[in-house]
Amino acid sequence: MDPTLDLVVDIASGISFAIGGIFLLIGALGMIRLPDVWARIHAAGIIDTIGAELIVFGMILQAGLSQASIKLVLIGLFLFVTSPTATHAVANASFTAGLRPLDLRKNQASDVLGEESKP
Amino acid sequence: MAKAIGLSVALFALWLALSGFFKPFLLLLGVLSCALTLYLAFRMKLLDDEAVPIQLRLTLLLYWGWLGGEIFKSAVAVSKVILARDMPLHQQLIAVPAPQKTDMGHVIFANSITLTPGTVTVETRPGIFLIHALTEEASAMSGFAEMGRRVAEIETR
Repeated sequence: MDPTLDLVVDIASGISFAIGGIFLLIGALGMIRLPDVWARIHAAGIIDTIGAELIVFGMILQAGLSQASIKLVLIGLFLFVTSPTATHAVANASFTAGLRPLDLRKNQASDVLGEESKP
Repeated sequence: MAKAIGLSVALFALWLALSGFFKPFLLLLGVLSCALTLYLAFRMKLLDDEAVPIQLRLTLLLYWGWLGGEIFKSAVAVSKVILARDMPLHQQLIAVPAPQKTDMGHVIFANSITLTPGTVTVETRPGIFLIHALTEEASAMSGFAEMGRRVAEIETR
């Protein structure tokens, strides 16, 4: 491959790894700092959406046009579809178990669920 | 019929992408396994809108691009909250109307909300979702309305 193009791809994937890594670190910090399960779900959301996808994207750039990059695209796609499902399962389970966010500013649960919304 | 063809094309493309071999014998095994899977899916009555979502518009790909931008913006917003000294949380459970007509549309909308950092879908009822939002900013109704409208556009041809 053209050496300049190689360099550009290397730099682009480096940037992608760096930003993804920063988001992973911030997400991990959030998992520790935030007060309860509801807030921590959002920190985990940063990790498994933008963090993981940027790392996978950087790897796709490194792999170039090959079978490996097709597999990486598939991994990215499956993460994109399955991680919100897992997040929703955790949130729904904690709601059903009667956990409510600390210091709740607005609660419209009864608008959606009626009597079921009581913990 | 269209569903069966769609599923077999998708299955065989997946098989090729994962195997990477193009020898005739291995290709034959791939075709046979795809045919068996298709037969089982047909027997289990899985050839519907849920398992083979070819009724979605191709602008789904454009929507994913737009969603990627939204995810980045809200990831930055949530990161600011995490890194702020006093963590300005305004946790709230809000009701958000879901204007989509099909189950698939509802699933895409709920998953998009969950994918966006700062909002999580907690419960769903027909036509309305219960959303947990981390901050005042994340709970802006105009953002949900925009996303809901875009999902309603791609759910059926």
